[in-house]
Amino acid sequence: MEPKRQRLNRRGLLGAAGGAAALGAVGAGAAALGRGSDETEPAAAPATTVPFHGAHQAGITDDAPSQAVLLALDVNDDVDADRLAAVMRLLSDDAARLTQGEAALADADPELAAEPALLTVTFGFGLDLLDRLGLSVPAGAGPLPAFSVDRLEDAWSGGDLLIQVCGEGDLALSHAIRMLVKDSRSFAGVRWAQRGFRQRPAGGGTPRNVLGQIDGTSNPDPGSADGGEAIWFGPEAGALAGGTVMAVRRMRTGLDRWDRLDAVGKDRVIGRRIADGAPLTGEAEDDPVDLDAREDSGLPVIPTNAHVRRAIEAGETILRRSYNYDDGPGPDGESDTGLVFIAYQADIGQFIAIQEHLAEADLLNDYAVPIGSAVFVLPPGCEEGGWIGQGLFA
Amino acid sequence: MRKTNTTFPARAAAASAALLSAGLLAACGGEAPETDQAAEAAEPSAAASVTVTDAWVKATEEDMSAVFGVLENASGTEAHLVAAESDLAMTELHEVVESDGSTVMREVPDGFTVPAEGSHELAPGGDHIMLMGLGAPIVAGDEVTVTLEFEDGSELELTAVAKDFEGGDEEYRPGDMGDM
Repeated sequence: MEPKRQRLNRRGLLGAAGGAAALGAVGAGAAALGRGSDETEPAAAPATTVPFHGAHQAGITDDAPSQAVLLALDVNDDVDADRLAAVMRLLSDDAARLTQGEAALADADPELAAEPALLTVTFGFGLDLLDRLGLSVPAGAGPLPAFSVDRLEDAWSGGDLLIQVCGEGDLALSHAIRMLVKDSRSFAGVRWAQRGFRQRPAGGGTPRNVLGQIDGTSNPDPGSADGGEAIWFGPEAGALAGGTVMAVRRMRTGLDRWDRLDAVGKDRVIGRRIADGAPLTGEAEDDPVDLDAREDSGLPVIPTNAHVRRAIEAGETILRRSYNYDDGPGPDGESDTGLVFIAYQADIGQFIAIQEHLAEADLLNDYAVPIGSAVFVLPPGCEEGGWIGQGLFA
Repeated sequence: MRKTNTTFPARAAAASAALLSAGLLAACGGEAPETDQAAEAAEPSAAASVTVTDAWVKATEEDMSAVFGVLENASGTEAHLVAAESDLAMTELHEVVESDGSTVMREVPDGFTVPAEGSHELAPGGDHIMLMGLGAPIVAGDEVTVTLEFEDGSELELTAVAKDFEGGDEEYRPGDMGDM
């Protein structure tokens, strides 16, 4: 059994490496995950690092790895823009080193940095923080309105500074978070931490979420002109051009309720088949969704309030890169699961349009309830020697 | 850019040497000193040969801290670091040694030597530049400038970024200076 498991691991990683390579991200980290006793396979060294430096921050358009931890920090009231700039230099330096498999400065456990396993670290600023420090808020960023479906809890909402850490290695993530939080303690406290996971299908393709749904179909292609425009702030954003605005929405899923639906019922909630992700009007996941198709009875094939219809009819594009959470069953055996829904867009209005449309009517609202909400401005990437957020403080 | 507090004996010796050279110059038509100068020009100073990477300083609310980093020497001649100076604090070059079963730090009697084409690491639990009598806390992200002084009189400025760090709290015994 062992060799087979290793092959699966390797295939998973090659998929990851392929995704990263497409973005020019061929790392040369020393430790190849999945390297083992399986000597017969030619050793195409999978990438173990994602570049930290570049026009955009890492962790947004690169192929989402299996683990994510999102930290929202509250910055102390006595912190001014100069002090924030100083700590952003520090945190950027930590991230630049750790993501490339090097120990951070003053790393108490440098050995834990050696296998980054596609580690990425991404930084964002809360709108209140930018306001408070007199830093410019790009036109594309703004707060979310209260949606009718929201059942928000403070424990999962808001925050001044976002640190998104993603990767394939739990230990690498844990170590990176430890370093970054240690370097944040002098100026900020932790408001919330959300851990998420995804499971890359062995054969590649779009992963499933805790509802069993193939989740993330028809994302924009960041390499295309339209896709890029949908995701990144344009030149009008000045120093923030190449950045993005991020919505983090914690959605609690009611799995007991979901379980009561049969397969056809689930398909109709989504408007796609759970089995293969194909729209109810098509045969394959990537087939176009035909909103006009009708049954012989005259009823629409994709129900009026199906999730996919409501989302498409909003007429906006966002980049989704969501994770699942599972905080374990409660004493009564009910699951505490859901989605750490993550969307990146050039203008928060894109997300608002879709969410408003879904809040108005979406069969999925009965099974996934927003309990956390936060918006962050993610500055563009930086070059070597620079740091994330530099343009904001110029 | 010369430091003002170079120890007096060194300065006096340098002055004597200069006077001696002047004497030789007068006596011998200047050929020998010119040769010396040419040789000196060909040999880069220690400060020009040494680079400091990964410099950091321990953030603290106390009046003592320490600077760490890696000194790398690109030249074929060893570089001898004899002192350091900072506007923020008094400085000493320290080592950490075993003493009666515990580790203590103390001033090194003879500075740090960065071997030719080699490096010398300053790290918690090992050699470091001690800052004493700090007038203000150092907080994470602060940058602290320290000037390194080499035996050949050349100086190198380094900027260390402050990090919160729990380790490296060896006991300091100022009186325990070995055989000094």
